[in-house]
Amino acid sequence: MSDIILKHNEKLDVENILKDLDKYRPKRRGWTWRTPAPGLSMGPFTYKDAAEPLKNGIGVPSSKYFDGIDPQPQPVITTEIASGRFEDDIRRMRMTAWHGADHIMVIRTAGQSHMDGLIEGTPQGVGGVAITRKQVRAQRKALDIIEEEVGRPINYHSYVSGVAGPDVAVMFAEEGINGAHQDPQYNVLYRNINCVRSFVDACESKKVMAWAEIAQIDGAHNANATAREAWKVMPELIVQHAINSLFSEKVGIKPGNICLSTVPPTAPPAPCVYMDLPYAVALRDFCDRYRMRAQMNTKYMEASAREATVTHVLNMLISKLTRADIQSTITPDEGRNVPWHIYNIEACDTAKQTLIGLDGLMEMVELKKDGPLREQAREIKERACLFMEEIIETGGYFNAVQEGFFVDSAMYPERNGDGIARKIEGGVGYGFIYERDEDYMAPVTAHFGYNNVAQYGGDPENPSALIGGCTFEDPDKIVFIDELDEVDNVNVRMAENEKYRKTSLIKPEMEWAADGVVMLNMFIPANKRTAEVIAVEIGKELGLESPEVINREIMQEAEGTRVEIKGKVGFDIDVSKLVIPPEPVYLSDDEIREDVKAHPLKVVCGTVGEDEHSVGLREIIDIKHGGIERFGIEVHYLGTSVSIEKLVDAAIELDAEVILASTIISHDNIHYKNMKRIHDLAVEKGIRDKVIICAGGTQVVPDEAAKTGIDAGFGRGSHGIDVATFIVQKRRQKRG
Amino acid sequence: MKRDDDFADRRKHIANLTDEELYARFWELTEKVVDPLLELGRKNTTPSVERAVLLRMGISSLETKPIVEGCIDRGLMGKGAGHVVYKLADAKKISIKEAGTLLAEGKCWDEAVNLFRGGK
Repeated sequence: MSDIILKHNEKLDVENILKDLDKYRPKRRGWTWRTPAPGLSMGPFTYKDAAEPLKNGIGVPSSKYFDGIDPQPQPVITTEIASGRFEDDIRRMRMTAWHGADHIMVIRTAGQSHMDGLIEGTPQGVGGVAITRKQVRAQRKALDIIEEEVGRPINYHSYVSGVAGPDVAVMFAEEGINGAHQDPQYNVLYRNINCVRSFVDACESKKVMAWAEIAQIDGAHNANATAREAWKVMPELIVQHAINSLFSEKVGIKPGNICLSTVPPTAPPAPCVYMDLPYAVALRDFCDRYRMRAQMNTKYMEASAREATVTHVLNMLISKLTRADIQSTITPDEGRNVPWHIYNIEACDTAKQTLIGLDGLMEMVELKKDGPLREQAREIKERACLFMEEIIETGGYFNAVQEGFFVDSAMYPERNGDGIARKIEGGVGYGFIYERDEDYMAPVTAHFGYNNVAQYGGDPENPSALIGGCTFEDPDKIVFIDELDEVDNVNVRMAENEKYRKTSLIKPEMEWAADGVVMLNMFIPANKRTAEVIAVEIGKELGLESPEVINREIMQEAEGTRVEIKGKVGFDIDVSKLVIPPEPVYLSDDEIREDVKAHPLKVVCGTVGEDEHSVGLREIIDIKHGGIERFGIEVHYLGTSVSIEKLVDAAIELDAEVILASTIISHDNIHYKNMKRIHDLAVEKGIRDKVIICAGGTQVVPDEAAKTGIDAGFGRGSHGIDVATFIVQKRRQKRG
Repeated sequence: MKRDDDFADRRKHIANLTDEELYARFWELTEKVVDPLLELGRKNTTPSVERAVLLRMGISSLETKPIVEGCIDRGLMGKGAGHVVYKLADAKKISIKEAGTLLAEGKCWDEAVNLFRGGK
């Protein structure tokens, strides 16, 4: 275990993580679920289905209204982080952990599944990370430290598949990996790895995973992502889940660690909940002994982050109405680029926000016991049962694959003849299956199948005793390889961007240190094609390198288009040359109270204009929200949609020293116009020198507000203390 | 193969099963599909299975591949690559790691083959 302790206001030192890796041992093995905390109280709320809270975390943005509470739902929340540079991903992992992720998945670099053996060193990945012992150990070490900081175990996850599945499984078991994808059907269907080889390898991989208590996730959801009309593969999805699950259980993985990667098959504009819910019910009926890892639909994912987010929220409604043990998140930008830091966070927040928002729902609603839901679920189950029947009639799994049973786009038993067919005698790794002789022997722990250790007097229950224990019993036997490539490695990459860690230079980034990528969002009043060209031109004029359109949505064919572009900034910002104004200084509560006691203070306030918003002003004044009443200030609240005249007249009548106006609506700058009217009216009525006029609202920019003639404006994020501090200081100034 | 949806016909023999019976039938069928697959795993081995055995014996990933290839070339896979290393180490009174390195360097293969009387 590492002795590094993180400080919440200091960056994680990746160089330090990479030090002494050869000696590092993970602090634990196996998967960890969240600890339920039924009846948990946080702030003014009581939660029915929450989990134990974090020690350190960041709540959803509006949690600031409740003292920053950050309630955590019960399902483990997944985030996928694999930018190609594992060293940069470590920082992203810390950020996501603070936002509630406790299952971090690392996608492999393109082509790794066809590599016959382990990759070593730290080469840069493409579309994923090169999964190596050094990379895995560094990230597990970092997560061992990060989980101490947030106060909850973090599950680390990657893939045990391809032609080196068992090699990878052993390395993962040795390195304390907690979760892994393992599904021989995935190898067969999508990686064209020979089917016999895939299943023989899978036996060994699963046996190793069982030993290390690694939670397994299957690969069935890929059928959904591949088939043309995704919802039609529902019977097949259940068949695939069942085959891998029972196969795994029989190898030795406990059902509580067998997780089904299930995805609601469709998305709007389909009436998706009506179609997805019966499937979710059918699957959970049949696979009741196993865990549900609820994936989010990506099938129809476009470049709109908003659209993807809504689909994902609908997916979580299905999770809540049925069951999810792990809630996966797909970053909403996945439809347009390799996910960026901010979208990993956004996806975690979406999951947390939705599941907490749905807390306790099932105490109030239940799924109907009859009608279309149960009828459709029954039909899906029957179709799945018939599918399994025909596999056996065809001569078993391999024949069924050869006949193209799987990923056919029709709803079984209908067939479109477009399934993925793989030959029994073919594919990657074909011809490399060897029958074990009578004296076959492997003196290691967690080896599957026939193993004649008895010929040497060994114990079949403990084969590795023959060699005095294998790496599973004695981690000192593990051979750690550092780097094999002098150019393509983490040290070289980190040396290149060292100045951004060691000096005061800063560059924005989306995925890698100092990548310089920024995103701009704009509305262009032109048709789509023209708007795209204009947007790129704007990027160029702004000095961005390689500006590129990443999303466009038509607002109206002729009126205009919303365009998002990305590009790179070619400059650094030197923080040491900036004047950074300090955070505002507040008077202490006691100091304000003393001042108000000595000089009693009356305030009139209200939301002005045709505006019914009251929450913001309530926050500023109400004693229970920590507003200005708590300082002993006498507050006269006039309500919402208060006219300017009424506000000023009330100030005169009550002899108030302060007018406090809330103005939320900002259309056509009405908020600033109202401020000016208050000022003008106060002048007209001859009280301007007697009253302090303040106005606030989410769209208020303080400097702009001051230009209208009032004394101060308060924007988004202002609190009672800001207002009280200003008033007291202003009064002192006036008193002289 | 193309086929119209014959679900209505095909389901006749399961239409009257209760949900519990359907559940039981589904998992019995699944068992019939997976049992032969497990049997394959019990009786056979592959290069990656053997590399994974060698890794657990404390042999470097750089050496597991040439050792397994050596076993394939000499018909020793049926014995187990770990077995070959184990037997060589035992015969030469050296460590598993040392035996692994010798084999990975292409050395002592004749001796290894002889230990298994020419393999099978």
